Amino acid sequence: MKAFAALVDRLSTTPGREAKLILIGAYLDRAPDPDRGWGLAVLAGDLDIPRLKAAAAKALILDRVDRELFALSHAYVGDLAETVALLWPKPPVLPKPPTLSDVVEAARLLPREELMDRLTGWLDGLDATGRWALLKLLTGGIRVGASARLARAAFARWAALEGAAVEAVWFSRKPPYPALFTWASGGEAPDVENQIALRPFMLASPLEDLERARLDLAEYAVDWTGDGIRAQLVSSGGDTRIFSREGEDITRGFPDLVAALDFEGTLDGDLRLLTPEGTPAPFAALEKRLTRETVSKAMLATLPAHARLHDVLFDGGEDLRPLPFRVRRARLEAWHGASPRPHLDLSPLVGVADWETLDRLRAEGGTDGLRLKRWESPYVGGPTGDWILAKRPPLSINCLLMYAQRPARGGARPPTEVTVGVWKGADLVPLGKTIPDLTEDEGKRLTQWILDHGRERFGPVRAVDPELVMEITFESVQASPRHRAGLSLRLPRIRQIHWDMPAKNADRLETLIGLM
Amino acid sequence: MRADPEHWLRVTPRGLYCPVGDFYVDPTRAVDRAVITHGHADHARRGHGAVLATRETLAIMDARLGSVQGAQPLDPGETVSLGGVTVSLHPAGHVLGSAQARLEYRGARVVVSGDFKRRTDPTCAPFEVVPCDVFVTEATFALPVFRHPDPATEMAKVLDSLALFPGRTLLLGAYSLGKAQRLIALARAAGYDAPIYVHGAVAKICALYERHGVALGDLHPVPEGNNRLAGSLVVHPPGTLGEDGPHRFADPLVAMASGWLRVRGQGWGRRADVELPLIISDHADWDELVATLADVGAPRIWITHGREDALVRQATLMGLEAKALSLIGRDEGKEDAP
Ligand SMILES: [Zn+2]
Ligand SMILES: [Zn+2]
Repeated sequence: MKAFAALVDRLSTTPGREAKLILIGAYLDRAPDPDRGWGLAVLAGDLDIPRLKAAAAKALILDRVDRELFALSHAYVGDLAETVALLWPKPPVLPKPPTLSDVVEAARLLPREELMDRLTGWLDGLDATGRWALLKLLTGGIRVGASARLARAAFARWAALEGAAVEAVWFSRKPPYPALFTWASGGEAPDVENQIALRPFMLASPLEDLERARLDLAEYAVDWTGDGIRAQLVSSGGDTRIFSREGEDITRGFPDLVAALDFEGTLDGDLRLLTPEGTPAPFAALEKRLTRETVSKAMLATLPAHARLHDVLFDGGEDLRPLPFRVRRARLEAWHGASPRPHLDLSPLVGVADWETLDRLRAEGGTDGLRLKRWESPYVGGPTGDWILAKRPPLSINCLLMYAQRPARGGARPPTEVTVGVWKGADLVPLGKTIPDLTEDEGKRLTQWILDHGRERFGPVRAVDPELVMEITFESVQASPRHRAGLSLRLPRIRQIHWDMPAKNADRLETLIGLM
Repeated sequence: MRADPEHWLRVTPRGLYCPVGDFYVDPTRAVDRAVITHGHADHARRGHGAVLATRETLAIMDARLGSVQGAQPLDPGETVSLGGVTVSLHPAGHVLGSAQARLEYRGARVVVSGDFKRRTDPTCAPFEVVPCDVFVTEATFALPVFRHPDPATEMAKVLDSLALFPGRTLLLGAYSLGKAQRLIALARAAGYDAPIYVHGAVAKICALYERHGVALGDLHPVPEGNNRLAGSLVVHPPGTLGEDGPHRFADPLVAMASGWLRVRGQGWGRRADVELPLIISDHADWDELVATLADVGAPRIWITHGREDALVRQATLMGLEAKALSLIGRDEGKEDAP
């Protein structure tokens, strides 16, 4: 438990991916079996144990520490589990600290009362970091500072195995993954036939990175990208999983979709929620499905999940990936056409004869953009150039600079963040912040302008005269009651500064409302 | 009859003042006569008419503030009478030369702790328990969540990181007086005998420590320019490398040692730019504070800088009478980082 706690503690302050891989590798080197398997399961989000309420830990500490001292400590620390971990008094005799396996096995098998009895002894045996990790693990609040995919990559690196090969077998294995560790130490690779596996997603390259003149539109199938998230749907031997583009197992959030997946194989599609009108629900609703521990019946009933399929990787155990998209699309259509299912449909193809049509469509379209797939291309993980994303061009408006945040160490340098706003009647309302990405000259000029037009300061933030017009591009605008404008911009960026434009020419809030 | 210390020791805008002896302890501004507990900037200021302190503290003040006017060295345990008040200095275990000031007047004994700790520290004399009637204590970490781990296990993280990341420079931020030398000594005690690179102000104080018999091993100045120093340990005062400083090194791994790092996500706590937080402090943690209250046997506790609410509560639970002195101007000094 100590080694695992030290790893989680260290990962939480380590920003670099490479450093994280090294730290996880060192843990796998040093921790014994089966502890390291359980540790890896926590990192990979594969560990499922019943939860204790944090309040249970509070009861334990109030038996040991003065109530007033507890209250002062809790007020300072903020987090309850951490407060208990730090306050826990040192016992007269230190019991042996638990191993991670002790904890996981007890948490899975023991009734709650017995687990609470064990917990006291464990807390006695651990140091503050160990107690913190233990309480976070048991109360379900552990944040490991590493994504599931990074954990799997770290395992692959440590075991000197191919990352894609590990991804392919990972999901058919249960923690603490004895077969994976056997494989890592030179044993045989686990069998993956007809089993759950995450396959590398094929990715689209931005159209802007390619030369249009070299592309022949006739070679491509075109469809709309979804408004939701890209997902891989895998079903095999009665088990079904949904993986996000990031490689996270997000099955838990979509029980309605899982119930609808009565096939054997692997599909690629765009995942979203549908309103009663059949239109995609706002992204925030989808986010709830991704983050909630449990999905309520009400959520399932009001905004059902829906996958718009656009590719097939496996049909049963048959690997279709080497086949051209033309063939895969035909197989997909044949399968879906045989018995249409609720919660699923096929992404319709869009006829696009020339670039003008494509540009017009993507500018008008309701989604992120158009996806182009070369008819003759196989399905290959990563960006190959055979899939192209023609994103909807960003929208833009003219805003006024309202506030500028000065850099942490001061000096005559451009602001690290600016707040821009638009007119609402005779007032300005702030729309949001953006990080200026300017040329050196523009940056200098802006720095000077802010010096000349500064008003009051709020800590590192300085209000300025509302006189400088900035053209802001953004991907979309959405309703947001949290913001004073009642809406917020997605990915706002400064396109250019209109040094000489009069302030009254800046846009009005109504313009944005019209874009929603 | 005993003279109640309330009558001969009081808080003024310049700090703790003894009107009978006409002197201040660690005054926050220039005064005629000062008793200085130790060389940190928030305790030792320049410009006093006369200064009573340990030899080491005087040497430190000399090195940092320039020559000290009216310096009067006092060896540990030695006494001197200032206007009828008997003054002596006793090791506080905080940094080299740090002392508690013991003041006795008409049978009443007051000990002003200055900053102190109880852990072993090879770079300074250990804290001496001095029985008294009033114990004036610091309270930097006076909250029961602050319990510093064993410094050796914290230092082991540094050595482990150096081994795991041979391509990176380990930049260890530590205040130039005390913390830096203690960290170097801890690394040496853990068997690290490679050269350690020390920056600017740290180098100067290390040399002073060496002159006072504290061995710190092979120290090199940080070379100018882009020197990389992959796989090496660099000790520097925080903020002294400048904006581009870290880029001069090989993929720098930023470490910092402070007791505040015990608590995650507090403002003073884990800083976003610190990759390797080390919970090492030269101030007493909660357990040390509580043990010290019991050890000195003083029925009355006066609390100076830090947070007093929890310690007042704890003293009350122990049957002691406690109050906060609310000194102004303490802990503003940048160098006395806990
Ligand atoms: Zn201090
Ligand atoms: Zn100090």
